Amino acid sequence: MIVFDAVSKRYAGGYTALDGVTLRIADGELAILSGHSGAGKSTLLKLLPAIERPTAGTVRINDQDVSALPRRAIPYLRRNLGLVLQESRLLFDRTVFDNVLLPLAITGHPPGDAAIRVAAALDKVGLTGREKEFPAGLSGGEQQRVAIARAIVNRPSILIADEPTAHLDRAYAAEIAALFRSFNNAGVTVLISTHDASLFAEWSPRRITLARGRLLEA
Amino acid sequence: MRNWLYLHWRAFLHASTRLARQPLGTLLSALVMGIALALPAGAYILLDNIASLARGLSGTPEISLFLDAATQSGGDGSTSANANGDASESKNGDDDKLASAIEQRLQAETELASFRFVPRDEALRQLERSGLGDVLGGLAANPLPDAFIITLRSEDPAVYEKLAERMQAWPGVIHVQLDSAWVKRLHALLGLGRMAVLVLATLLGLALVIVTFNTIRLQILTQKMEIEVSRLLGATDPFIRRPFYWFGVLQGILGGLVALGVVWAGVAALVDPVTALAETYGAVFTLSGPDDASALGVVAFAAFLGWLGTEISVQRHLTEPF
Repeated sequence: MIVFDAVSKRYAGGYTALDGVTLRIADGELAILSGHSGAGKSTLLKLLPAIERPTAGTVRINDQDVSALPRRAIPYLRRNLGLVLQESRLLFDRTVFDNVLLPLAITGHPPGDAAIRVAAALDKVGLTGREKEFPAGLSGGEQQRVAIARAIVNRPSILIADEPTAHLDRAYAAEIAALFRSFNNAGVTVLISTHDASLFAEWSPRRITLARGRLLEA
Repeated sequence: MRNWLYLHWRAFLHASTRLARQPLGTLLSALVMGIALALPAGAYILLDNIASLARGLSGTPEISLFLDAATQSGGDGSTSANANGDASESKNGDDDKLASAIEQRLQAETELASFRFVPRDEALRQLERSGLGDVLGGLAANPLPDAFIITLRSEDPAVYEKLAERMQAWPGVIHVQLDSAWVKRLHALLGLGRMAVLVLATLLGLALVIVTFNTIRLQILTQKMEIEVSRLLGATDPFIRRPFYWFGVLQGILGGLVALGVVWAGVAALVDPVTALAETYGAVFTLSGPDDASALGVVAFAAFLGWLGTEISVQRHLTEPF
């Protein structure tokens, strides 16, 4: 369960990105976060892995107040979340395999078990056989798939994606949307911010709409 | 613990790979560190050689106490040895009496560590061995007196100067000589040299810390993306910092090994000329390189400098909030 309770975020300089947002997302839910640019979608998502901290209110994940976590506890929070960012943020000097391996290397997984998990994650995103390739040789859609594989390799219970289809053409974007749907079907809570909610419309997800930092629809 | 060791092993591999991927940069950094470290290390080895030479000569204050040849021979010169040092004629009964009397006095002195009697014929033989045989051969009689060589418990100059003054007044003693003055000067010079090496090592060490600081800063900049992504994926501060520490330490170790190579090459080049020079002074001396402990010390010191430069750089450049 994710709970935003009267959350506000004001940046230095006075810009208010979120203003009193209260919201609950149940376990196993597929939620689409939409709104215009500057509506506060990215800020809301960044509060979950404590990339940003709220200036007011609380953010809870499974009853843990992540807005008050000490700095040293943040890495352990993030290990339980799957993060997919607008840019794939892949390491271009590493192979597909090594990119997907990174979260497991961070947690010190034994190499044998890690290799099995990486293979499974790549299989889920349809990139089996591409392990030894470098990201520069992949299309934008394939790079985003690698990023998704990296996000799910630790088997998180919550998957957060910030505009994962922003730079993709319609066909690739639809494939990525279907991937998120498949993870949700497997019981993962999925929260996706997007400009194009129609990509997910066929699955009737919950729609959360923000405008100028305020919740319009939840 | 096992997981911690595994993470260190991965960090070590990561740092090694980084070093291997940029061979020219790694080589140049190791050369800079190595050459800079070779200066104080070489100077230290040289001082160590000089110190061991000085220890071999005399490391403690000595007093030479010469007996009056006229008293020994009873004033008639009948006991004089020939220039070839015939020991059978070197002493008579008066000699023994005087030597015994002085010996008794020495045994009564509490400040002495040891003393030994050097008969005049033995002193002559020593002089001959030092290369003055031709000169001595021209003399009709052994001009050298019997002597006692005395070492003291204390190294305080005041103690042995006071004792020497008192011995000078003993009957039958013609001259008392403090032999340790030059050794003391040499030790003082060695102390000065060691201090100079320490200052040099400190300054060059500081320079190497700065070099490592900057190298790590550049490494952090080139790996900025990797650091950001790792943080987002749940990497802790130690996980992110570990490869940089290994990088700095490995670079330091490489620098230390280069320094040892430079010192060994220098010793190998100088060993023959130094030995030849020593032979011209009638001395046997071989320049030796760093022993195992010193070599290990140089590499460990270099590794420490690498770690220190990394520590400062990491504290300065890797403390951004998550």
